[in-house]
Parts: sequence; structure tokens; C-alpha cells
Amino acid sequence: MPEDRDTVSSVSLETVSPLEARAPALPDEPSGRSRRPRMSRRGVLTWAGVVPFLAYAAFFLLIPVVVLVFKTFTTANGGFTLENVRALASGQYRASFIASIQVSIISAIGGGLFGLFVAYAAVRGRGPRFIQPLLTTFCGVASNFAGIPLAFAFIATLGANGVVTVLLADVGLHIYSHGFTIFSLAGLSLTYIYFQLPLMILVIAPSLEGLRVEWREAAENLGATQSQYWWRIGLPVLLPSLAGAMVLLFGNAFSAYATPYALSGGGINLVPIQIGQVLSGDVVITNPRLGDSLAFGMICIVGVTVLAYALLQRRAARWLR
Amino acid sequence: MASVAAPAEKKARRAPREHRRPSFWTIFWLIMAALYFLIPLYSTLQFSLETGQHSYGFKWYGQTFADPMFRTSFLFSLRLAVETVIIGLVLMVPTVYWVHLRLPQLRPLMDVVSILPFVVPPVALVVGLSGVFNVLPWMLSNSQILAFIYVILALPFTYRSLDAGMRAINVKTLTEAAQSVGAPGWKTLLFVILPNIRTAMLSGAFLTLAIVMGEYTISSLLLFNTFAVYMYYIGNTEAQPAAALAIISFTLTWGAMMGLFLLSRRRGRGSSPGVTAVSR
Repeated sequence: MPEDRDTVSSVSLETVSPLEARAPALPDEPSGRSRRPRMSRRGVLTWAGVVPFLAYAAFFLLIPVVVLVFKTFTTANGGFTLENVRALASGQYRASFIASIQVSIISAIGGGLFGLFVAYAAVRGRGPRFIQPLLTTFCGVASNFAGIPLAFAFIATLGANGVVTVLLADVGLHIYSHGFTIFSLAGLSLTYIYFQLPLMILVIAPSLEGLRVEWREAAENLGATQSQYWWRIGLPVLLPSLAGAMVLLFGNAFSAYATPYALSGGGINLVPIQIGQVLSGDVVITNPRLGDSLAFGMICIVGVTVLAYALLQRRAARWLR
Repeated sequence: MASVAAPAEKKARRAPREHRRPSFWTIFWLIMAALYFLIPLYSTLQFSLETGQHSYGFKWYGQTFADPMFRTSFLFSLRLAVETVIIGLVLMVPTVYWVHLRLPQLRPLMDVVSILPFVVPPVALVVGLSGVFNVLPWMLSNSQILAFIYVILALPFTYRSLDAGMRAINVKTLTEAAQSVGAPGWKTLLFVILPNIRTAMLSGAFLTLAIVMGEYTISSLLLFNTFAVYMYYIGNTEAQPAAALAIISFTLTWGAMMGLFLLSRRRGRGSSPGVTAVSR
């Protein structure tokens, strides 16, 4: 191949007089045959610039994931096995996946719809001007106000002696005698929505801003009613971003550990809690690799949601800048 | 599709609409959101101020601030936050600069790597890391390791804000200008690029601060006594100081986000890159 020959010959040229070959390389474009290897050497240097970052990400992110996937599919002796994955499909682990998916779906749809309406009201609602920056800032705070303090806040609100619980009891509604607890599915979802709602608002607001006024006016000029506009234009345009945002919320809720842990003291059967118990040795388990396979299952589910989000975002970009 | 005239046009169209009164549903949903945001905060605040049947005061706050464990864990988390910010910036600023300057074809890869921490939930990351630490147990002997892990947690936000910051300035032109007057590479980065992306760096730092100060999953499972771990411990023993701690923590997050917001305002029309990091 000519390319190979070129490389070989210029390399030999360089080995003959390395100094000469290197000298003119620094300031401007090198010329002639010696160009190729010098470019590639500079190329190597160029690529070296990102090595520290990639090495860091590999060590603290990629290798741990590879290790846990490897451990999921091997026995202690190093043989291949599907036993660890199969264990996820039975008993309490199966139940934990179902419960995690349930609370994630409920809080994603609940927080998603709530967030959509609030964002629409803020973006297109013709309210006072200060609403939008105020909402954005508050959403930034609330979406980061998760974990332990959020759990405390909801215990103070809707716990057995919470302010709202007591208030409702005063007007004759005893929610705790109707089976409500703060770590039931309802209580958990209600708490999750506190960080789901602001995330939804932040994610969906740009898409709502992208809904052009002209489209609505054009539809109105052609005699469309409000519902026709939404059904035929607004919703189809919004649908990918809406679905993408809710998928993101699902993954967000699915990963949550600190909030449900603090709400229930670890007494609730969700996948992250199960993993936490395996890790901290709170439970006696026969198979120490169960933590790895649980984490593997989690990564698979969250990975699919992030992928779906990315694809839906790309689809959404078709109409909304 | 997106014409250059779009923003001006939008403004012109919006102006007459301002005169119409907001609809019932606008008011309804905004009030619902306000209630949902504020009621838990109000409840926590009231709970934290209750000192007796009908008396209120700052007793629980005083008790909290006087607790030596509060100070230790708070300062520990604060130190971790500062370390995370520094490690993250030292690692990311040159990388993002280099990618913008020389390796734009690597941008898709960077985007993917920076989104990966979202794919691996913290609790799953701890599982994988314990597998690594089993082989290298000395790494766990120093609490500094947490800062190195937190850099990964904060990576999506740090990367997004730095990427947006570098996109806003013309990295290539600035670098060429610096080189034409004879500045070596490191000087270009330090004295030309850095001052121009100060806002992006700060907004990344504020978000990192908010994340690290509240981080519970990793530190509790690796058995380090961070601020959040202390908070959980207090919540298990006494309810009212716990409420006070929740308020303190909220104030902290609020402060960090206000910093972010003020930064984005000072920058003019730039939307704060950090807060909406997830969306882009």
C-alpha cells in the first residue's frame, strides 16, 4: 500500500537525521514527505491531552461497573453463572423491583403532569414577569433539596405527628387511620414529587417556550378550536419532550436511596435499600454477589431510561429548536 | 429553522399579550406549586422552632450549633466539597479546553462519558467501588477518597457548565491571539481562558457544593461521618433538632442556588447552565 510505504520511508528519513526532521516542525506547517509521521506524533500528543480525564473516569466509574458486571456473571470460583441474575426474579428481590418501578412510575407521571401544568402556567400564562426567574431559582433549590433533609421535612409535614396530619385531623380527616403512612406507596410518591416536580419544570420549560405563537395563530385563523389545536398540533410537537422528561423522572426516582431510607429507617423494600442492606451487612445473605446483581439490574433499568431520554430529546429537537 | 430574528420577534409578539389578565388555570397551578413547595418547609420550620406546647424559640438551633459533632461533620463535608471542586476543576478545565481547541471530534464521547454518572446510581457505584476497594483496601483508609468519588457525581454538572462556558467564548481565537504574542500553553490557559470562563467555573462549583453538602448514600455506605450522615443520626434520636438541621441544610442549598442565579443574571441573557444541566 502506498500509505505504508510513505510512512516507512519517512520514518527511515527521520531515523537518519532526527534533529533536522524535527527542527522546522514547531512554528508552521511542515511540508513534503515528512509531514505524515510528524502529524501523527503531534496527534499522539494531542490525544494525550484527554488521557488524564479518561483515566480518571475509567478508574472511578468504568472499572467499578465492569467489576460488578463481571461479579454478577461469575461464581466465587470464577466460572460463568446466571444464578445471580436469576435470583432477582424471585422472592423479596422481585418484590423490590416491582415496588421501585411502581413508585418511580407514579412519581414520574404525577410529578410530570403537575410540572407540565406549572411550567405552562409560568411560561405562557401571562402572569407577572417575576414568576419565571423566581420559579427557576426555586426549582434549582428544590431539585437539589433531596435526601435526608427532604425526608425530615416530609416527616414533619405528613408524619404521624406532622403539621398537616394534625391539621387534617382537626377537621376530622384522620389519614393515619385510613392506612396512610409516610413510607407507603402514596407517602413515598408524594415525597418524591418534591424533587420530581422542579426537575420536570426545568426540563420541560424550554420545550414549552419552543411552541411558537404562530402555530397557534395559524390554527386559529383556520378555525381550529382550543382542543383541536392541542390535539393536532401542540401535543404531537410536545410529545417527544414530554415522554423524554417523564422517562428522566422515572430514572431519577428509581435511583433515589437516601430519601426512602430516611423516611422508613431502611424498612421499606426498594431496590436501592436492598443493595444498601447487602453492602452494610444488615442482612444475612447466602450469596454475597447478590449486591452486584441487584446493582446490575438497576444500571440496566436506569441505562435504558437514559438512552430513551437521549433518543426522545433528539426526536424533540426536530420541531423545537 | 431557527432564524436569527427569532428572539426579537418573540419579544414583539409577547408584548401585547402582557396586558391580558392571567387565566384562572394559570393562577391555580402556580398557587398549587407554591403550596406544595412551601407547606413542607413551613411545617419543618414550625417543628424546629417549637420548644414547648405553645412556645417558640431557637432552642434547637442553639443546641445543634453547640454540638461538637455538628461542627466536625459540617466542616468535614465542607472540606470535602472544596476538595471536590478543586479536583474537578483541575481535571476538567484543561480537558474541556483541549477538546474545544484540538479535539472537537471528541465532543460526542465527552458528552456520553459525562452523562454516565446518571446511568450508574450512587448506590450501584458504591457496589462497584467496593469491588475495587477489596483489591486495593488502602484506598479506603483515607477519607480523601470521598472527594475523588464525588468528582464523578458532580461530573455531569461540571462538564456541562464548563462546556457551555467555553462554547460562549471563542477558544480558538483567544488561544491564537495569546500564542501570537508568545504566551506558552499553560499561560494561555491560566491568564486568558480562565478569566473568561470564571462564571462557568463558579456555577459548576456552586452545584458541586450543593451536591456534596447533602450527599448521604456513598458516605454512609463507606462509613464516613459526613454532614448528611450526622443528620440522619440525629433524626434517629431526636426529631426537633433534626428539623432544625433540615432547615439549616435547606438554607445552605438555597444559598448555593442563589449564588448560581445571581451569577447567571450578571452574565446577562445567559441562562444558568448549571441548574438546567440535566435538560441539555
